[in-house]
Amino acid sequence: MMFVPGNNPGMMADAHIYGPDSIMLDLEDSVTMAEKDAARLLVHNALKSIDYGDTEMVVRINPLNTPYGKKDVEAVVKAGVDVIRMPKTETAEEVKELEEEILKVETELGCIGRTQIMAAIESALGVVNAYAIATASKRMMGIALGAEDYSANLKTNRTPGGAELLMARETIVVAARAAGISCFDTVYSNLDDMETFRKEVELIKTLGFDGKSIINPRQIEVVNEIFAPTAKEIEKSLKIVAAIKEAQAKGSGVIAVNGKMVDKPVVIRAERTIALAIASGIMNKEDVQ
Amino acid sequence: MRNSKLTSLEEAIRKSGLRDGMTISFHHHFRGGDKVVNMVVDCLAKMGFKDLHLAASSLSDVHAPLIQHIKNGVITKISTSGLRGELANEISHGLMKEPVIFRSHGGRGSAIACGELHIDVAFLGASSSDELGNACGYSRSENAKSICGSLGYALPDARYADHVVVITDDLVSYPNVPKSISAADVESVVVVDSVGDSSKISAGAIRDSKNPRDILLAKQAAKVVINSGYFQDGFSIQTGTGGASLAVVKYIRESMLEKGIKASFALGGITAHMVKLHEEGLIDRLIDVQSFDKVAAESIKNDPFHQEVSAVEYASGVHQGSAVHALDIVILSALEVDVNFNVNVLVGSDGIIRGAIGGHQDTAADSALSIIVCPLLRGRIPCVVPKVTTLITPGKSVDVVVTEYGIAVNPARPEVAEKLRAAGLKVVDINELAAKATSIIGTPDALPFGDKVVGIVYNRDGKVLDEIHNIVE
Amino acid sequence: MEIKNAVAGTLESGDILIQIGPAKPGDTGLAVDLESSVAAQFGKQIKELIAGTLKELGIENAVVKATDKGALDCTIRARVTAAAVRSTGKDVWK
Repeated sequence: MMFVPGNNPGMMADAHIYGPDSIMLDLEDSVTMAEKDAARLLVHNALKSIDYGDTEMVVRINPLNTPYGKKDVEAVVKAGVDVIRMPKTETAEEVKELEEEILKVETELGCIGRTQIMAAIESALGVVNAYAIATASKRMMGIALGAEDYSANLKTNRTPGGAELLMARETIVVAARAAGISCFDTVYSNLDDMETFRKEVELIKTLGFDGKSIINPRQIEVVNEIFAPTAKEIEKSLKIVAAIKEAQAKGSGVIAVNGKMVDKPVVIRAERTIALAIASGIMNKEDVQ
Repeated sequence: MRNSKLTSLEEAIRKSGLRDGMTISFHHHFRGGDKVVNMVVDCLAKMGFKDLHLAASSLSDVHAPLIQHIKNGVITKISTSGLRGELANEISHGLMKEPVIFRSHGGRGSAIACGELHIDVAFLGASSSDELGNACGYSRSENAKSICGSLGYALPDARYADHVVVITDDLVSYPNVPKSISAADVESVVVVDSVGDSSKISAGAIRDSKNPRDILLAKQAAKVVINSGYFQDGFSIQTGTGGASLAVVKYIRESMLEKGIKASFALGGITAHMVKLHEEGLIDRLIDVQSFDKVAAESIKNDPFHQEVSAVEYASGVHQGSAVHALDIVILSALEVDVNFNVNVLVGSDGIIRGAIGGHQDTAADSALSIIVCPLLRGRIPCVVPKVTTLITPGKSVDVVVTEYGIAVNPARPEVAEKLRAAGLKVVDINELAAKATSIIGTPDALPFGDKVVGIVYNRDGKVLDEIHNIVE
Repeated sequence: MEIKNAVAGTLESGDILIQIGPAKPGDTGLAVDLESSVAAQFGKQIKELIAGTLKELGIENAVVKATDKGALDCTIRARVTAAAVRSTGKDVWK
C-alpha cells in the first residue's frame, strides 16, 4: 500500500505505474489545514477520472471529530473509493460512526455496501481494542498499524529493530486473523536506508502481516521480493488448486496431491500463494487456469 | 620554433583564403561551454564576411549570439546535428531564408568524407596544441583549462577541410603526443584566453537519478537487455545520457556480475558509469566519440584501451568498418515515438526545435537491437503518438520501445517479443500505448505550422527524410 | 453571486494555479487568461474547461488567471472548483 499526499496531483496521476497493490491517497497528515478543501476536491476528481486499473484505491480521511472528516467521507464515497482508511482508531464505536456516515452517502447514491473500511490503529488504546475494532463492521477489510503516533503514545521512540512495536504488531495480526480480515504494517520513512527497511519487511512477513505500507515507489520492489513466493511454492500451489478443481468436477470431497491428503488450510495457503505471485508480478493472471 | 604556425585569429582567417559564400566548420565537444563558434563568427563579422555556411557538428543554447549574425547576413546557411535554446526558437519561427540542414553524427562524417559536405575552413577548438597543430581534447600540462576528452566529431573536419585552424587555450611544447588532430592537417594555430567554460563542458560526477519514473524505466530497459538474447559474453553496448539511460548501466552491471558476463566494448558518448565498468573489468574496451564528463575525459587521456574514434569510424553508414556495424545493443531516448516506431528526437511537440539527431539514426540502423526508452507522458505531453511531429529515425530500425505503461516490440522482431514475453515482461501493442496516452491527456490540437521550410532532415545515407516547417504563434 | 479574490492550486509540475476575482466594472462574462507549458496543444481545451467548470457552478462573470504546469483535466476541474468555492462560499457537495 503506497501513501500518496492528497494535494499532489503530479504524484496522484501516475502512482499506479509502479505496481503497488493499493494506493492510499492521504487527506490527513500530509495536507495542511488550509488545503483540506482543495485536497478533498482533488482526490474526488482523481478517483472519478484516473484509470488506476486493478489497483485498490484507499483514501485516508481526517478523523470524524475534526471539521473535515464527514466531508471527506461524502467526497470519496461519491467518487467511488474502494476503501476508507480511518485514522487513529481507538474503539469499535468510532468504526460504527464511520459506518453510519458511509451508509448515509451510499443510501443517497443507491449503492449500499460498496465502500469498505480499513482502521488504522495508532495508540495503546487502539491496540488493546484491536479485536473489537476488527469485528466492529462488516465493511472492515483490514487493520493497520500507524507506528509514529503509537510509539509517541507509548512514550518511546522508533528504533531500527522495532522492539517497541512488537506487542502492537503481534496483537494486530492476531486480531485480524481472529476476525478473518487483512492486516498491514506501518511505513518506514528513511528512504536511504534500504537495508533496515528490508529487515523490517522480513520481520513483519514472519509475524504474519499481509503487506507493508510504503511512502515511495522505490520501496515497492523490496516488499514484492520478500513477499513473493518461491518458484517451488508456486508450482506446488498450482498443483493443489488444479487438484481441487478436478475433485470438484468429479464431485469428490477428498483431494490428494502427490499421494498426500490435502486439507482446507493447505488449500487456503495455496490460493494465497498464487494471489501473492500475481501481486508480486512474477506470474500473470492469465497463467492461472 | 622555425616552422611555427602560431598566428592571430584574424591573420589565420586572412591566410585561409576564406571568401564570402564559403563553408566554415566547428565541433561541439565543448558543449554548453563552447566559446569558439561565437568568437570566430564575431571576428568574421568584424572583418566584413557575408553569406557564410556554418557547418557545426552541433549547436546549443550558448550559440544564441548567432541570431544577430544571421540577421546581419554573415551566416546565411547552417548545417548541424541539433539546435537548442533561443537560436532554435528563432529559427523555428522562420529566422533564416534557407532551411537548416540536419544530419546525424555518422551522416555528417560520411558527407564530409564523401565530399558532399565540403568544408573550406575548419575552426577547431582544442584543449591543448603545440605550435604545429598537434592537438587534442585533454592536456598533460599544468595549464590545462578546458578539457573535453575525445575530439571525435572534429576529426573528419581536420582531415577533409581545405584549411584547418586550431584554436587552443593551452599551448604546449612540441610534440604534443599522443594527439587527436595531426599537425599534418593543420595550417594555423591560434592561442586564445579560453576556448570553453570548463564548468559547462562536462558534468563533474554524474548523480544517479532518484526520479522514481526514471528508475522504473531503467529497470524495465535493463530487463529488456538481459532477456533480449543479445546479453551474452562478449556483447557490445551503447547508451545515451538521459537519467534513465544512465541508470540502465547500473542495473545491467548487477546482472553482468551475477551471471559472469563481460562486454567486449562500449561505444559512443562515454560516461563515468561506463568508465567504472571498464575499470572493473566488465567492459574490455571503450570506443569514445564524445566524453560526457570529467571522469571519461580523464580516462581517455590515461587509459590506452579507452580509444578515441572519429565520427566516421564511429557511425558512418557508408564506411563498412564503422563501429556501429559491430554494435549489439543500443539504448536511446526519444521526444516522440509513433505507432509505426518512427522516432523524433529533434522537434518538440510544440513544433519548436529543441534537440539533436546525434547518433540516433546511425546506432538504431546498424545495431542488432535498438531500444528506445521514453515515458508515455511527460506531464501532459504525449511521447507515444499516432504520428511523429518530425521523422528522424525510421521505424524499421527501431526494435523495442520501453515505457512505464508497457513495452512495445516492432512487429518485424517477433522473436524478440517472444523472448521478452517469456521473461514475464509486459509486452503490449504500440497502438495500445498511444491510445492509453490519449485516454489520460486527451487529444492535442494540431500544431500551428506555417508554409515555410525552416529545416531539412537528412537520413544518414544522404536522402531527405522530412521537412520542418515554421511555427506560427 | 458575489465573487471575492481567491486562489487554489500550486505551481508544481502536474498542477495548475487558479486565481479568480470579480469581473472588471462594466465587463460581463468570463475572462480567462492562461499561461501554460502545453498552450500550443491544449490551450484552447483548458480555457474551455475552466470556463465550463465555472458556469456549472453558476459563475458567469469573473476574471481568471491560470498558470498551468501540465495539469490533467481532473486536476484543472478540482482546482477551478476549489478556487470558486473559496471565492463564493458555495457548497459543491450538495
